[in-house]
Order: sequence, then structure tokens, then C-alpha cells
Amino acid sequence: MNANETDLLIVGAGPAGMAAAVTARSQGLSVRVLDDQPAPGGQIWRAIETVAETPRIARLGEAYRAGADRAAAFRACGALYEPESQLWQIEPGFRAFLTQQGRARSVTARAVILATGAQERPAPFPGWTLPGVLTVGAAQILLKTADSVPTSPVWIAGCGPLPLLYMTQLLAAGGQIAGFLDTTPRGRLGAALRHLPQGLGLLADLAKGLSWSLALRRAGFPIIRHVAELRAEGEGRLESLHYRAEDGREGEVAAEVLLVHEGVVPNIHAPLALGCAVSWHAGQHCYVPDLDSWGETSQPNVFVAGDGAGVGGAEAAEPRGRIAALRVAARLGTLGEGAAESAARPERGRLSRALALRPFLDALYAPRPQVFAPADETLVCRCEEVTAGELRARAVQGRPGPNQIKAFTRAGMGPCQGRQCGYTMAHIIATAQNRPVEEVGFYRIRPPLKPVTLGELASLDEREPAA
Amino acid sequence: MFRKLHDPGAQTVTIFIDGRPVPAELGESVAAVLLRQPEAWCRTTPISESPRAPYCMMGVCFECLVEVDGLASVQGCLTPVRNGMRVARQQGPRSLSA
Amino acid sequence: MRPDIIVIGGGTVGAAIAYGLAKQRQQVLLLDGDDGDFRAARANFGLVWLQGKGLGMPAYQVLTRDSIALWRGFTNEIEAETKIDLAYEQNGGLAFCLGEEGFEKRRHDLMRLHNQRGERAPDWAMLDRSALERLLPKVALGPNVTGASFGRHDGHANPLRLLAALHEALLRHGGGIRHRARVERIEPVGRDFRLILDGETLVAPRIVIAAGLGSPALARQVGLVVPLRPERGQVLVTERLEPFLPLPASGLRQTGEGTVMIGATKDNPGFDVSTTAEAAAGLSRKTIEIVPALAQVRLVRQWAGLRIMTPDGHPIYAQSQSHPGAFVALCHSGVTLAAFHAETLAGAIAAGGLPENLSPFHQRRFDVPQAA
Repeated sequence: MNANETDLLIVGAGPAGMAAAVTARSQGLSVRVLDDQPAPGGQIWRAIETVAETPRIARLGEAYRAGADRAAAFRACGALYEPESQLWQIEPGFRAFLTQQGRARSVTARAVILATGAQERPAPFPGWTLPGVLTVGAAQILLKTADSVPTSPVWIAGCGPLPLLYMTQLLAAGGQIAGFLDTTPRGRLGAALRHLPQGLGLLADLAKGLSWSLALRRAGFPIIRHVAELRAEGEGRLESLHYRAEDGREGEVAAEVLLVHEGVVPNIHAPLALGCAVSWHAGQHCYVPDLDSWGETSQPNVFVAGDGAGVGGAEAAEPRGRIAALRVAARLGTLGEGAAESAARPERGRLSRALALRPFLDALYAPRPQVFAPADETLVCRCEEVTAGELRARAVQGRPGPNQIKAFTRAGMGPCQGRQCGYTMAHIIATAQNRPVEEVGFYRIRPPLKPVTLGELASLDEREPAA
Repeated sequence: MFRKLHDPGAQTVTIFIDGRPVPAELGESVAAVLLRQPEAWCRTTPISESPRAPYCMMGVCFECLVEVDGLASVQGCLTPVRNGMRVARQQGPRSLSA
Repeated sequence: MRPDIIVIGGGTVGAAIAYGLAKQRQQVLLLDGDDGDFRAARANFGLVWLQGKGLGMPAYQVLTRDSIALWRGFTNEIEAETKIDLAYEQNGGLAFCLGEEGFEKRRHDLMRLHNQRGERAPDWAMLDRSALERLLPKVALGPNVTGASFGRHDGHANPLRLLAALHEALLRHGGGIRHRARVERIEPVGRDFRLILDGETLVAPRIVIAAGLGSPALARQVGLVVPLRPERGQVLVTERLEPFLPLPASGLRQTGEGTVMIGATKDNPGFDVSTTAEAAAGLSRKTIEIVPALAQVRLVRQWAGLRIMTPDGHPIYAQSQSHPGAFVALCHSGVTLAAFHAETLAGAIAAGGLPENLSPFHQRRFDVPQAA
């Protein structure tokens, strides 16, 4: 076998990618794992191997600690692991193009599992591009990978489990919180409770969530509920923060760092670039790939596992990764159909238990309407600096779709390829044209998935990787 | 904007940001080091030349583009530091000779 | 509103004609396709280009020349109306030559074209390497660059802003635009045409079919057989750079935004707009051979569009003989010809018929003689 060929290509070394690799290896497949990070773990277990060796592990919590065993099992599984690799195109067949250490090359595989996870939902507001405004996820990554915390007491604005988890970790690390602007709208708990499933096991998760809240309350920083609107201001960097709650209460405070978070959405750029069909997920307010019960997309032998398949957290990501790997093994003939089905059964059980609480969380932490309707002066496209007002003005002339407005305004044409403006664009169009957002669609995603230099492209050996 | 909680000790390396030596720890990213600097921005945009700093730290926002060892528009959050690495903030549109 | 004329196709060709018709005080409705349609207008390279065009068809050479002569006035008018800057520059354009052979071949090709027209002094010149270096002081040329041909009338514009401005200007002249309006059927009814869309019917006494690759199916319903095939072109665009390339070149131009456009490939995979790494690699190699410093620049996006190709590569302009009032306008040079479409062609359509000098562009040139 050529060194560039494997049975299975896995993109992403987070919980799903690692679990898929371990399973596929145990079924005798040759496996290559590409990941853009320097070490395995994905976002949830960033830097786990390093941190596990230090006392810092104690303040990051049990769920984080669990990653150490997973990374070890992954390292030992015999998959060809290529960290710091940026995937920028996959062609049918499959031939994947990547850049590693500034060099572009291609590899081939018979099946692909995209385990590229999720990103934080872009939540634009005036001033969100100022230095000093970061996402909560970014701050958590800084804590895990660089043991860094905000220098001065930090303002945190957002909704969902991650701000609560981060605040708990930050306090345990000795950081300080200036205040929490809780953007969860009023009345959400009542709505969410209807989705609460039966089952005692889940109460442990709920209790964990509540315990964060208790710890946070004890810390004594102000918590402002039902914050609906934010505005960051400053000359060249964040200096002050203005907020407005649902009931009209307003405040303006000095701030050096503001961390924001409005939930997470699947990374769908790779599936979209591969032509995989996606559908709107009403509960999670985002597109998710159309998948069968094995995680296979509309493109044969392309699978999506992990949060990229719909946000479900690490507990759902792992069984999804294993289920997809079993199907690939059956496809490639190292495992019988029946055996794959029986091996998948307990994984499906784990998956369904892991997802049981999800509708409750989705309903409780559904983004506030203002996330999708930023003020006119807000830069929606950070790369090309296009405002919400410009998009609105364009959206009402005729009834153009996102690609036409992209062509006219350049929104979505920058290096991030619409990762930060795609959903806002879709919602602005939907509102302006009085259409359901799921009907509006998304940008057509073009290669490269990550910007690559012309020199790297030119150096591609076209004969590679023929044996 | 950010501060490091521990002394990296033997893991300390030196990188150069716009020619100025700054300490960093093996394993952390260029973007993480930039956020600890008194001037925490990393580039100005090619359009309005407004300052930007690392935002997402996971490779999806492309705000942390910097020049690393002569190669421009590198995602700082996906680039681990190396001893002696030379990082330059990017100002406005790149010039072709850069 | 009952339109005087409906233009089917909201791309650069249809929009330019619709805008021109609206200026002629016609009540115009422009029907644009779905967001996901092929849309050559969004894949355009943006050259307003004369040099090298029209070999084997002098009328096309003339048409291109006429359109370029109209372009400055067209730009001034539409910019004044819409406040959209088309970024049109007409300072000449280049075609780089590699090797001595490449240089001589280019000279030979352009001379053949000039002789076909056979009048006046050439409006192009061959520049040797040192002349080219003086023209491009910020560019360090690759060692194989021997020079370039320089066309005095060539230029470039922002094709996306052109499209946006045409739509905007049409609205300002009282026209209407409907996006996501797919025409399923055309029924001639008396002297009118009834257009059946999903869920609605539109009626007008005249129609213009400018729907790119979607045109043959529509044109057939009004008695016009237009042979078309898609030809894929792949284009690269880089991150923004400080201005370094003052003139557009065939296959390489720096836009007003600072991005560098590189293109375009030609192949025939059918209705396939996927991009290939092979094309990206080939275009990159070619570019770096001309400007080596571009090796350090990042590709931000690669895309593919489908050119609207007739069998001889030249446009089709025709009015149906069996169904007068139905026109068809198809070409793959929608930007270069935009001024002609908006001024001359729209004027002729408004007046009811195409002039004799457009007869070389009638689709009947492709008609296969029918067996008796």
C-alpha cells in the first residue's frame, strides 16, 4: 500500500474522531487522522495530555480529566496521526488535500469520517470586533492550553452551559469575574421543562449544572438576568460595555475583556464543500448534515460524527464516532453486516442516553432573537466589514438569496468563508423577506477550506499519489 | 488582556513579536502569547485598518492572522510557538514583497 | 403592472438589456433565477477586453470594439444613477509571454487578427521585457517572462458591482426584478407571450431570453433553436494585497479591493461546477512563473463557472421569425459587451427589430440544412 493511502480518513481528533479511529483500527482498517491542533483531544480536551501531568488538571473538572484515557487509547491504536494538518479540499474518490508545516500534499482514502466538531455560534453586536471581545470558548482554550486568565475582572455575557463551566473553572484558577450578563430570555425554564425526559441518570447532569450556579452565586459577582442587547465601545480596544435587559434596564460599565457565548453550531463547511445535503435543525437553530442511522451523509462513504452531526457533546460524539467506524468496516469488508449491527447496538443505546437531555438544553438555551437581528451598524461579516444595515438594504430588493447578496456585498468572501456571518445573513434575509429561515439556505462553500498559498498549490505533485 | 498563572520554567522559550523578545511556553499558540502583550492586537484589517485581536482561538474566525517567520496571514491560534520564532503584526493589506 | 417586455435571466446580459430597455421608457420586468443556479455572472473574471478577440469572425471584433467604445459613457451614467463604483479602468491590458517562442507566437496571432480587419495602425504593441518592467515597477517578473502584448483599449471592471449596479439602475428606471422566478413554460397567445412560473402566470407582448445555459429549453418554445454547451472555467482569488499590478492581464489581474484574480481554465465536464485541485495547482504554477512573489500569497477562494458557449464561441442575437416579439441574447462576454447590450441592443429590441449588422449573430448560422 502506498504511504499516502489508507482505508479510512478521519478529519478531527476530538472525542468522535479518536473513538472512530480506535474502533476502525480494532476492525483491521488502516486509518489516517488529520487534525489542525498540535495534540489530540478536540476542543473539549484541548491540551489534555500536557495538563494531565500538572496540578492544573484538578481545577478543570472531571469531564476534562476523562480525556486523558481517550487520548492514550487513541495514541496506542495504530492510526496514522497527523497533527497540525490543515485540510483544505476533498475531491471525490477520495483524495484529500492538506497543508502540514507549510507543505501541501494529498492523501487518498476509501471512506471519510468528518469529525470536525462545532464552533461557537456567531452572535454579532456593535463592537464585537474590538480587541478585548473574545468568545467564552476562546478564554477556556486559553485556560487549558496556556494557563492564561483575563488580567482584570472579566465580564461574561451569554447563555448555555459553557459560560457557567468556564466561570467555575476561572474562579478555581484564581481569576476574577466582574459580572455575568445572562442572556437567557425570561420564561425559558418553563418551556424547557416540557422536554425534560424521564430517567434518574439525567438528574446527575442537572445537579451538576445547578452546582455551578451555586458556586457562582457564592462568588458574589453581579448577575444581570435576561440581557437582550449588548454594545462594546472603545478606541482601538474594548473600554466599556453597554447592556440592555428585556425589561429596559440598562447599564454601562468599564471593561477590558468581554467574553461572549451563545451556544455552539456544527462545523458544516467540510460537508457542504463535499456536496453533502443539510437540513435545518429547528431545535438547535442551525443546519446539520442529513445522516442515516450510521452517520453516513448523502454522499456515499462520507460520514459525519461528533458535534458536526448536530450538537450533542462528548458523550454523544464518541458513540457516533464508533458507529460510523463500524459501518465503514462493514463497507470495506473487514466486518460482517450482522456483526456491525450487533456491535453498534450498545453504542446506539449510549448515543440515545447522551442525547436524551439535549432537547431540554436546546430549549432552555435557545438563542435570544436579538442574536439573529443585530443593529444596522453591526459588522456582520468581520472579514469584509459588511454591516447588518447593508445586508438588510440588499435583502429587500427583489428577493435575493445569500449567494446573490454575497456577490453584491462581499459578505462571506473573506478568509473565514462565512463561518462568522453565514447564519446572520440567513436570518437577515428571512426577516427582510418574511420567509422561514430554513428556506433561505446557506453560502455555496468553495475550496480551499483553509487559505493555502499559491506556492503550496504550485508544488503539488499531480502524479501523487498514484502507486 | 490575559496573564499566565504559572512560571513555565524549563518550558520557557523566547519568541520575537515585531522584533521584541517575549517569553512563551512550549505548547501554547502564538495567539495566546499575543493576548498577554500590552498591545494585544495582532493585525489591522486590510479594509478600514481597524485593529483586531484573536477572537475564537479555534481556527474559525481568522482574526489572528499574523506573519510567522516571514510567511504572512498565518492563523496564530493554530501555530504553536517555537524558540526564536519571529512574529509580526500585519498592518492593512499585505505588500507583495512582504 | 403589465410589463411591455419581460427579460428572462437576471445575469449580466439580461440585466444590461433590461436596464437599457427601461431607459427607453419600456415597462420592464426582469426575472432572475434561483440562488443556487449556475450563474456565470457571479463567476466572471471582469475583463473589458479587446486584444485577441474575433479571429474568424470580423463582426465579433467590431462588436467588441463598439462596446468598449461605449463603456466609459455607460460607466459614468450608471455610476451617477446608482452611486455604485464599477471600478472601471481602461489603461490598457497585457498578455504575458513566456520564452522567445511565446513572444513570437503572440505577435503572429495578433498580426493575423489585425490583417483580418486590415485597416489603420494596430491598437496593440509588443513590449519586450525591459519595456514591461518599466510599465510594472512593483513587479519582479519571473525569469521566463520575455515580454507582453499590450492592448490599448483593454481594461477591467468589477463584474459583481456591475451586476449589482445594473439591477439597481433598472429599479431606478421603474423596472421590476423578481428573484427565484423560474420560467417553466412559454406559451405564445395571440400577439402575447404567457410565461408560466411556479404558482403564477405573467403576460407580455415581448420577451427577451437571456437565461444563459437555461435558454435553449425556453427558446425552443418560441421557435428558436440555440445550440449551447457549458464550458467550465475555474478561477482563483487571493487575499487582499497592496496595489502592485497597475494593469490587468489576461489571466491575472488585481482588483480594486486588492485581491488578485487568476484564471481561467477551460474544460468540458458538462454541467459540473466543482473545482479541482489540479486546476488550482496549474493556475498557481502559471502565475508564479510570471510573478514569483505571488507564491507567498494565500488563495482565499477557488470557484468554477460555466461559460455559455455556442458552437463557434460567438454570441447569438436573434428574433424569432415564427413568434415575432421573442428575442434571444446569449454570449460569454457579458462584461465586455454590457455597454453594447444596454445601449445598442436594448435600443434595437425596443424599436422592434435587430439591425442588419447583427445578422451574422443570428442563430440560423448553426441551422443544419433539413433533408427534404
